[in-house]
Amino acid sequence: MKKVKADPKGVLTGVHYLDGDYAIAEGALAAGCRFFAGYPITPSTETAERFAARIPKVGGVFIQMEDELGSIAALIGAAWGGKKAMTVTSGPGFSLMQENIGLACMMETPLVIANVQRGGPSTGLPTLAGQQDIMQARWGSHGDYEVIALAPDSPQECFDLTIEAFNLAETYRVPTFIMTDECVGHMHEKVVIPPAEEIEVVERKWYTGPKDKYLPYKLDKDGIPFMVKAGDGYRFHTTGLTHDERGYPVINAECQDWCVRHLCDKIRKNADKIIILEEDETDTAEVIVLSYGITSRVATRAVQKARDEGIKVGTLRLITVWPFAEKRIRELAPKVAAFVVPEINYGQIVFEVERCAAGQAKVIHVPHCGGWVHNPEDIYKAIKEAVK
Amino acid sequence: MTEIRFSGFGGQGIIRCGLITGKALALYDNKHATMNQSFGPEARGSACSSQLVVSDDRVLYPYITQPEILVAMSQEAYDKYEPELREDGILIIDKDLVKPRPPRGKIKLFAIPATRFAEELGNRIIANLVMLGFFTAVTKIVTPDSMKKALPGLVPDRFLELNLKAFDRGYEYGLQVLAEKEKGQTKGKASAKKSKAKK
Repeated sequence: MKKVKADPKGVLTGVHYLDGDYAIAEGALAAGCRFFAGYPITPSTETAERFAARIPKVGGVFIQMEDELGSIAALIGAAWGGKKAMTVTSGPGFSLMQENIGLACMMETPLVIANVQRGGPSTGLPTLAGQQDIMQARWGSHGDYEVIALAPDSPQECFDLTIEAFNLAETYRVPTFIMTDECVGHMHEKVVIPPAEEIEVVERKWYTGPKDKYLPYKLDKDGIPFMVKAGDGYRFHTTGLTHDERGYPVINAECQDWCVRHLCDKIRKNADKIIILEEDETDTAEVIVLSYGITSRVATRAVQKARDEGIKVGTLRLITVWPFAEKRIRELAPKVAAFVVPEINYGQIVFEVERCAAGQAKVIHVPHCGGWVHNPEDIYKAIKEAVK
Repeated sequence: MTEIRFSGFGGQGIIRCGLITGKALALYDNKHATMNQSFGPEARGSACSSQLVVSDDRVLYPYITQPEILVAMSQEAYDKYEPELREDGILIIDKDLVKPRPPRGKIKLFAIPATRFAEELGNRIIANLVMLGFFTAVTKIVTPDSMKKALPGLVPDRFLELNLKAFDRGYEYGLQVLAEKEKGQTKGKASAKKSKAKK
């Protein structure tokens, strides 16, 4: 993995008052994204708008596609053409992208997709918040694969984590998701964009060997194969079919075993390096409130109230939602009475927490079907129930 | 922590009011300011609002629950949002566009003919800036310098001068109203009402 300083052309250094959607676009441009293809959908459209205005000025390309199927396909092409590429969408568009997300995973294509979540299913609540696509991010396409997903809780984090998303996508050659929501997407707050020399971006791992020796899926020491730019004279093959090192289809169980294990293990074995968590007072906690995205901010209000009453409450925020923080939850489970899991859905991440807690701690879900953030009082009540 | 709601109808620059004030507070007054807009099928002419949560510490809950300050630039917005205003809150209205009911509790009412002033300055489109100037003077929650610094980038460059002029008009009127209220308080309530009626 080669880290370089960001290209100053894309970095809008300064202190800004931006919404989360705009901050995603600025983070991407700072990370070196020079290709955007998308189809507008509320509440993510502002990101596309910002790209349309900004990307031509930094030498990049913006394409408004015919739909989301085309958007994700264009991204895969752009990535293989050597660009850092992203798109932005919301639930219904994310559903349409799933087939080609699987293709991107199979072809080990680095790309970034932001999902500004709204309430679902179907067209649901176009203008109101949800966190209902969090399992879809993990399992939306068919087959066994792993992805990376990050959940920002503020416009500042939308900027910071978009850079991180590009760096992870390039490092592990995997689609990486920014799973934000309508509330954060449309929320305006201060966003500090540092000077370019303070932003580290990961460069793609280019193959530089002899042209006739390139094998697109031969694993390097770190388990990640090299890439080349289509059009640079390398003759190579890539496919959505199960393939060998040469990228040629091999339709049997042995090759499938090699291929699938690699796609999953490159993320699973590096989970400790990938996962970012934010913890507060978890070591002394009786109860841990585990949350992600906007919900963790809302939960903090409930946590403060409970602490004022002397209840020992810790917080664990999943900045990285996928891969899941199983190791840490397994460590904490025997030490606490309960995990309280608020999320703006009717039960998704709570099942992962239950799996990892494995009966060693109570797991109390605080659901919200979407359309608004939690009332902190509901989270507070769950904390009280946990220590009863 | 202070919760503020700007309200009116689509096209009056209500969202812009939240943006300008939020930017002024967050970037130049060293506060945490989170701005959210009611995001619905609002079109020109229908009710519209933006909400701002201001705090010395990080804003956790991003929406307002019981605002201390309500700015209402239309009757519909006043009718819709006045009931949620705190009993000790500040109510600011465009007095040509809103007919308020008798104030509840200890709510302080400040009124300005913002749209009329804007028309006098040449364009009713800047009524929101007149209102922001007035808001800045009577609430003192944000400094006028920060508000002016926040304008570039949020109003078109070619109208920056006009917007500044509108802001000043509202700000000066706000100071005047405050001074009169103070004078009224020393003289007693009856005469305060009189001087307000003269205005």
